[in-house]
Amino acid sequence: MSATIVFLETSSTNLRSASLPALTAARALAKHHGGPVIGVVIGASVGAAATDAARYVDKVLCFDHPALAPALAETWAPLLATAVKESGATALVASATSTGKDILPRTAALLGAGMASDVVAVLGAKSFRRPTYAGNAQTDVEITTAAVVCTARQTEFAPAAPAANPGTVENKDPGAINALGSEFVALHATTSARPDLAEAKVVVSGGRGMKEAANFKVLEELTDLLGGALGASRAACDAGMVPNDLQVGQTGKVVAPELYFAVALSGAIQHLAGMKSSKVIVAINKDPEAPIFQVADYGLVATWESSLPQLIAEIKRLKAA
Amino acid sequence: MKILVPCKRVPNPELKLKISGGAVDLAGTTWQVNPFDEYAVETALRLTEKSKGGERSGEVIVVSIGPRDTGTQLRQLLAMGADRGILIAGDDSALDADLVARTLKAVVETEKPDLVVMGKQAVDGDDNQVGQLLAGYLGWPQATFLSTLTLTADGKSATVLREVDTGVEERRVRLPAIATVDLRIIGKKAVRNEALSGPEAEWEDTQRLASLKGIMAAKKKELKEITAESLGVGGGILVKTLRHESPPSRKAGVKVASVEELVSKLHTEAKVI
Repeated sequence: MSATIVFLETSSTNLRSASLPALTAARALAKHHGGPVIGVVIGASVGAAATDAARYVDKVLCFDHPALAPALAETWAPLLATAVKESGATALVASATSTGKDILPRTAALLGAGMASDVVAVLGAKSFRRPTYAGNAQTDVEITTAAVVCTARQTEFAPAAPAANPGTVENKDPGAINALGSEFVALHATTSARPDLAEAKVVVSGGRGMKEAANFKVLEELTDLLGGALGASRAACDAGMVPNDLQVGQTGKVVAPELYFAVALSGAIQHLAGMKSSKVIVAINKDPEAPIFQVADYGLVATWESSLPQLIAEIKRLKAA
Repeated sequence: MKILVPCKRVPNPELKLKISGGAVDLAGTTWQVNPFDEYAVETALRLTEKSKGGERSGEVIVVSIGPRDTGTQLRQLLAMGADRGILIAGDDSALDADLVARTLKAVVETEKPDLVVMGKQAVDGDDNQVGQLLAGYLGWPQATFLSTLTLTADGKSATVLREVDTGVEERRVRLPAIATVDLRIIGKKAVRNEALSGPEAEWEDTQRLASLKGIMAAKKKELKEITAESLGVGGGILVKTLRHESPPSRKAGVKVASVEELVSKLHTEAKVI
């Protein structure tokens, strides 16, 4: 009967939706560990966000200090480790966001705990299933230490709903904060009116075959018509057609929308690793041998130039009907 | 500037992965350096030279844990331009990220580098842990998922851009530190040592290949074989692999003949638009 700790990310006054899958994974772990689910919120002026986060858990431990913003593994990992130790927790989980992936392994080192990355299923108190080899294998692992650490792949755990009764918020003194000389300078954020790639119901991705940045306009039109998010292959990002944070794949974002359009995109192994779990995959490619057709539910052998304008017109007609 | 680059050998990711009896069958594979680690070597070389293949200042040490054959991959990195190599005897399949990190900690304590640069993840295990674990064990700052890395002229800190979910984050980090690199680190102007080159310095948009001269020179470079025991690293792994399976395959789809048919099927059959 020991607690499960879930690392919760916040933005201004709210829990970030990116942490909702971690809560689901935490509840699954708590079934095996027998104790409560305790959230940890860290940052500067995060009181309101901690209250919001408490709706999902039995208790929130809140480390609120001006020197704790923004997230730095150097200052946050020791607090997470402290929270685990003081609560006598035997499990620590976070969503596999860029922040979770940065901070959780460092925390595991501080705890001397084994860690499973990017898990897609909780199999037991200490065992997990996770993709390896760019998604070409799924691997079951077992952690041998008393406490276990894992990050949860966001697309594989449904967003958690609030608990029946909101939990309490306990403010914790972070003690001495030492960033070891690391310093946040700026976030050059990509602003978009579109939904977040990892959470969108529809994703439209373009590949090398789009040839140049200007051609993504037509993909954007399709994206917006479907209320989706825009993605891209590594080749398209590397060619500078779109910003790097649109990259879908093993080393980019992992997405699993209801509907995924792969346009002028061959389907390299590392791209497939990032979108194979999509419910319905549509591939449009002029090369009938493109590997993307092997995972597509619906394949259309055509150039994007000849098919996309018509596709947009047809969908508009359907929506108008 | 002394830079340590931990590298892992991985099975060729382009070959079809064979899985049988709950295990990955690597008998017929070919081995290569993890692509991200190769980028890390390129990063380290750029940080120790004025321009590509030009005047150098500093030392790049490559280190790997693996069976004897891994010497082949380390030799290739020496041929690229790394100065010396360390091979720590080990069985790839009997390692986990934690044991690798604790072994590397011992190497860092022996070699005392100013900077450790490594790939953000290996493309076989896909853990994305070792750099962060190593930083945690050493109590060093960490700069992960880098798309650029600039060493300041005094050699005491670095300015970096990190690829994060919401865009690109800029940080300053004090040395010694652990840096893990992402794909974009091999961009033309992604890496620079201000003590050696100005903002106009530019490299090729890829990692360098070994030249014939480099291959010849590599034969004479030091490649030291040691054991984890000699480094005082003990203890076992914390994460056991139980079994590997092939992922559930998607059922075969259909080719549609026209845009009309595609839209019709998406509407009436898949019911997604």
